[in-house]
Amino acid sequence: MLSSVAERVYWLGRYLERVENTARLMSVYSAMLFDLPSGTHIGWGILIDTTGCNEEYEKLHSTMDEKEVVKFLLSERKNTASIMSSVSMMRENARTTREVIPAEAWELINNLYHHLKDNVGRSTGRRARQQILEVVVGDCQRLTGMLASCMSHNTAYSFIEIGRKLERADMTSRMVDVGSITLLPDFSSESKQRLFLEPYENVVWMNVLRCLGGYQAYRQKIHNNVRAEDVVRFLLQDYEFPRAIGYCLCSLDTDLQTLPNHDDVLHAVSRVRKITNSVSVRNLLQRGLLDFIDELQISIADIHEELQHTWFRPV
Amino acid sequence: MPLDWKSYQPGKFYDELISSPGYPRKVCRGLAAYLASLSDEELQQRQESVKHAIKTMGISFTVYSEAGNIDREWPFDIIPRIIPSKEWATTSKGLEQRLHALNCFIHDVYNEGKIFKDKVVPRELIDDSGNYRKQCEGMKPRHKVWAHICGTDLVRDDKGRFMVLEDNLRVPSGVSYMLENRTVTKRVFPEIFENSIIRPIGEYPDYLFDMLSSLSPAGRDKPEIALLTPGIFNSAYFEHSFLAQQMGVELVQGSDLIVEDDIVYMKTINGLARLDVIYRRIDDEFLDPRVFNPDSVLGVAGLMNAWLKGNVGLANAPGAGVADDKVIYTYVPQIIKYYLGEDAILPNVPSFLCVDKKQCQHVLENLDKLVVKPANESGGYGMLMGPKASKKEREEFAAKIRANPRNYMAQPLISLSTAPILNNGKVEPRHVDLRPFILQGKKTYVTPGGLTRVAMVKGSYIVNSSQGGGSKDTWILEEDN
Repeated sequence: MLSSVAERVYWLGRYLERVENTARLMSVYSAMLFDLPSGTHIGWGILIDTTGCNEEYEKLHSTMDEKEVVKFLLSERKNTASIMSSVSMMRENARTTREVIPAEAWELINNLYHHLKDNVGRSTGRRARQQILEVVVGDCQRLTGMLASCMSHNTAYSFIEIGRKLERADMTSRMVDVGSITLLPDFSSESKQRLFLEPYENVVWMNVLRCLGGYQAYRQKIHNNVRAEDVVRFLLQDYEFPRAIGYCLCSLDTDLQTLPNHDDVLHAVSRVRKITNSVSVRNLLQRGLLDFIDELQISIADIHEELQHTWFRPV
Repeated sequence: MPLDWKSYQPGKFYDELISSPGYPRKVCRGLAAYLASLSDEELQQRQESVKHAIKTMGISFTVYSEAGNIDREWPFDIIPRIIPSKEWATTSKGLEQRLHALNCFIHDVYNEGKIFKDKVVPRELIDDSGNYRKQCEGMKPRHKVWAHICGTDLVRDDKGRFMVLEDNLRVPSGVSYMLENRTVTKRVFPEIFENSIIRPIGEYPDYLFDMLSSLSPAGRDKPEIALLTPGIFNSAYFEHSFLAQQMGVELVQGSDLIVEDDIVYMKTINGLARLDVIYRRIDDEFLDPRVFNPDSVLGVAGLMNAWLKGNVGLANAPGAGVADDKVIYTYVPQIIKYYLGEDAILPNVPSFLCVDKKQCQHVLENLDKLVVKPANESGGYGMLMGPKASKKEREEFAAKIRANPRNYMAQPLISLSTAPILNNGKVEPRHVDLRPFILQGKKTYVTPGGLTRVAMVKGSYIVNSSQGGGSKDTWILEEDN
């Protein structure tokens, strides 16, 4: 397989995952905010933090109200991480790899793109927005199924899967970060808010799980109520739930082993695994997640670097 | 109100569907009756679903403009154009004959030059040709074939005779639209296919693949084939990726390839992989920066040498464009006679060569009646439509002709045939041409039918998609016994 094509299908996988996750995030986050009392300082800004695009946002807006944040994440072309931009990048990567992906897959992506383009302007109202997010998540799932059942599980498929698992692991790490808003350390200015939020801690973690579609899986596995420590451990280490980082890493191992010269990349994966497995979650919750999440995300980004060196642009 | 063929009035032009108002041609009666049986609403629905299908399938082409490149959906008219199978059998033979002769000619031009010695074609014409490639002299490609893929533009005159308007031997495009048009028609009019015997066209990618395989260097029996595209911003990128997908071959850009020791390799995740045949969709000048345009980033350094050494097959061969020159075109009947000893089955459109003083004088005196074309342009660019041009435009053009007569030829304005299109629920005549595709490698293949291009603007003769043309599905239909 051509290096350039491998890179494009890898990004196709990443954008597919990014689109679905962003849509899930927005839809669950809306639902969560309805559960929290209106005096909470948890606002829509957290969505911007989670997707890591504060800088771009601040260039365009000075406040963070619902309408602006939603538009920014859903339809803003100037935001490279918005659903519209990601779908359009996904389409571009599909368009330039049509010779290796099934024709139906291209049609589905192309249709989703046109559907969004035609409807996204009208969807700032909560109901319309919910509908459009459902279409996005549904189409991503259809695409996943279509690729799994209609595409040869060949090298191109492996690269799509690698892109998806990597993007997903990254997103799950961000979601853990979201949950930790209830765990703000006792800095004096924020301690009041923490006290205020404490009764809602479970609500937040429950919604993090929902956002990842993992609420049921969690209940079945943990046999306990939703508790921060269990949720974080589940999301970092579980190797059965597909959106847990543990699972993503296992699956990456399997996909990578189908490819030639995979040693360096496998090493990069095992470095991430070391970070997630060796951490004491209890200590972590006490001292705050900030540094840990940073370290985790950097190590995930390292996998991407290794992919580049090994297959996309070898020097 | 359903369609009324009586109100369809093509006037003095030869019409593809009717012989006179209200009377469809024999082979078209089934289609005409079927269309008339649909209500306005049903027709409307069909047209909507065509639009939708084209959008979904992502059939597009790129229009270059100052405001940036725009990906446009392919303009398509739902009423198919029908050609009787018997008429097509002769036309198809004529196309084969023409390409065989042109390939003999190109091979002769770069080798012995017998045709010049025998004074059938003047050698000066070649020396002045912008498409002659000195680097190809002495080259003997496999099967002695240079132009492997040819798109020949046919038009009908007012009597309905097919004539050759031009041969496209460099990088002809449009075949993917021919194939997709059929797919769209099947989606929209599945009923018609039940009762008609329409010659299938879907096997084109198979023939193309076989032809490309036959160009592989000796001893490479499972050849690695790739389609070389200028990239995603090229107007024909859709077609490049479509054909690569249909044939299951790699779609590559220049940056994916490297030449080492006169062997072409692809950069893959396994390292370098040898490439045997390249279906190149970039022009000669950009193929190899070492030999042609040194600034080209589209091609591959060293590719020409690899080809000259016989280590890689190139379709079409560099230099094949020497026969795709509007001045050489006028000699094609003699070229056929010279190499094959046969009369041309398909006539040329009568032409005047500006390089000939007498003919040039005639052209300059009759600019208001003639279409003047530059020798080396394609896509309908740089030509003068005499009858429609202003006096000032004609004068400016006359100056260009006087400055470089070799570069121009002129033809009378042919009254292109018409075919009905659906416009706001009514059928209206529009001018059409036809581009069949001919393959020649070890064997020869002609597409049944081809791409019918339509001038969507009323009265216009311009069918190029870059200038507002559309297209139709084209059926070669068996006549009932």
